[in-house]
Formats: sequence, structure tokens, C-alpha cells
Amino acid sequence: MKKSFLHISLAVAGLLITFASCKKDDTTPPAAVVYYESGDQMARPAIATVFVDATEKDKFNGTIPSAMGAAFQAKFKTKLLALNPGYTTNALTQTADQLTGLLATDVLNVSTTGATSFYDGTNLLTGRTLSDDVIDTELLLLFGGPAGSSNPGLTKDNVNANDKVFLTAFPYLASPW
Amino acid sequence: MKKNKVIVVAAVAVILGGSFLWAADHIDAPAVTGQATDITDIYAFKGADASSRVFVVNTQGLLSPGATSTAKFDANTLIEINIDNNNDNIEDLVIQAIYDGTNMKFYGPVAPSATGTKSKLEGAVTATVAVTPYSAGAPIMATGTNGIKVFAGPRDDPFFFDLTQFKKIIAGTATGFNATGDDTFKGTNVMSVVVEVPVSLLGTSTGKINIWAETKKKI
Repeated sequence: MKKSFLHISLAVAGLLITFASCKKDDTTPPAAVVYYESGDQMARPAIATVFVDATEKDKFNGTIPSAMGAAFQAKFKTKLLALNPGYTTNALTQTADQLTGLLATDVLNVSTTGATSFYDGTNLLTGRTLSDDVIDTELLLLFGGPAGSSNPGLTKDNVNANDKVFLTAFPYLASPW
Repeated sequence: MKKNKVIVVAAVAVILGGSFLWAADHIDAPAVTGQATDITDIYAFKGADASSRVFVVNTQGLLSPGATSTAKFDANTLIEINIDNNNDNIEDLVIQAIYDGTNMKFYGPVAPSATGTKSKLEGAVTATVAVTPYSAGAPIMATGTNGIKVFAGPRDDPFFFDLTQFKKIIAGTATGFNATGDDTFKGTNVMSVVVEVPVSLLGTSTGKINIWAETKKKI
């Protein structure tokens, strides 16, 4: 008698638990947590593409930014001096170590209080607006020398604006072609 | 001067080779090229609202109009904006976007339960927006429970660069850019995610943040 009562109690308890979990989860069993693993990563335009060797691009993409400086600064410097053997300093008076130290940690610096521009003549690395000519800025810093006048054929591509006018309101990007 | 330039050009050609593509990050890494995980660019700027910041992550570059009409986001690809608000280059907050086949669902800005290359969806959905179809006359937008504005869909690629001429320089068949450049990205589209976020949600006391974009594949 006692034993079968226990059995019934357990069965009822089991049913209650089943009902409780049914109600809670709306008939679907609890889903396993889904994880996502790095595919691509980027911040400053063209940096990875210019400075990272083809064989290391996937490695760079999978390196967290806080580890990038130690892993890539020396390689960036080697690449910079290979690209521009005459590099001394640039228009920002950065040495090769300073420039590559900045660029190796691939994050986009953004001001949350002031102007936001990759470079607009005044504000440097405070964001990236749609109209910023980021390629010219980078070419100038890599090839332009301390006065910005070295290698004149390589310091600007002479494409100075987008092919469509940006919107002044959200979502800001122009409609597709 | 002339000799200098030639040396630079020759060095570029030797180091990088003729097949090199230089775009903002278009077709950047072998493992992601041609996939929904391929990020082309990230932008961050002050939009119409001075107390917010706009983040744009573009993917799947160089889409022709025809290709755009059938382009889709991938339900197995998490698009993530990482936000470091104390200047240690480690994400303190993330904004996540995941496609469910119809809508783009957004999470955050929220502190992630773990930092680094492996992620899960964090917290509750904060905004949902239908992906704007290619044929739509106007972009579909939505505002989230935390005040973020969101958009997802095809847009003109805002990037501009004479990549073709650059490739000639790399290949050693040209010594510099042309007086009038030709935008290699004109007439091409990307699949965009745009989020406008009140600065109050970014957790910065210094007025500065560092951001980067990631795409992560479901494992």
C-alpha cells in the first residue's frame, strides 16, 4: 500500500513537472545555446588588406584587437618600409614605428561628443563618415612624406566622392542601383 | 623624384603581386571571400541627431543590380558591432544583428557574457525590422525598445576608389593614378545594416569609443 502510493505520487509529480515545463516552454523543449565563431573582422578601411600578407589574412581576421599590436606591429613596419623604402615620417610627423603602432590595432576611433571624420583637415580619426575620402588620407600618410608632397602620383586616386548622393536622414546610405 | 616613385611602385608590385585587390576590405580574406560573412566596410558617424551615433556595417560587396535583386542576408551569420568604451580594445558592449529569414533582429547595446571570437546572442531582442526588398521604393526602418533606429537591406556601396588603376600600379603597367580617377565601385551595391544609437547607451565617460565589426558563423 505504501509502496504503490509512493509510485502514484512519483507519477503525479512527474506529470506535474511535465505540465509545468510544457507551460513554461510552450511545448518546445529548451533549445541548446547557439554559438557563432569569427568569420570576418574589420575596422579602419584598407588596413588589413594593405599591411597583412596574403598568407596571414585569415589569422589577422581571427586575432582580437587587443592582441593585434603585439602580433602584427613589427610585420606592419616591415611592410610599410617595403611599400615605401623612402619613408621617414608623414604629414602627422609619425615615425614608421608610430604609424604602424597605431594601425596594427585595427579599431575605428569614434568621438561621441564632437565631429566624426577619418580626416577632414581638422579632425583626425574621430570616426568615418560616408563621404570621407579615406583612401586619399591613407595614401598620403603612407607615401606623402613629412610635407605630404612626396610621390605625388601615389598620394591620391582622384576619385573624390561617391557615385550617389547620400541621404540627410536615416538610413543615410543611398538607394541601390 | 621620378626614380623614387619607380622604386616605390616596383616594391609594391613585388611585394603584393598582380592579383592583389585593395578595397576598404572588400574581398579581403580567403576564408570569407564571396560569402555572406564578407564585410566590406564599417562606418561610424554623427547623423541627423547630434546625441546619437550611426554605425553602418556593409557586407557582400560589388553586387551588380541583377545580383542585388536576389541577394540575401544569411540566417547563419551573426553581424556584430563591438564597442570598447574604456580604451583597452576589448569589447564592453556589442550590438548584434541576425536574420531570421524575413526580419533582421537586433540585440544590444549589451555587455556580452564573454568577449572574443566566439559569441552567442545576448539578452533580449531590442529591435526588429523587415529586410527592405530590392524593389522597395523607400527604406523600411524601425525603432527599438531602447531607442535605437535600425535598417537592413541593399544599398548603394558608399565606398569609392579607383581600384582598377591601383591594380595597374601594382602590376607595374602604370606609375601613378590618373588625373581623373574612375570609381571601381560605381553602380555596385552592398547588403547594409545601419543602426543609429543614442550616445547614452554607449557607456562612455571620455567621449570616445573604439569600434570594429565582425561577422560570425553559426557553429
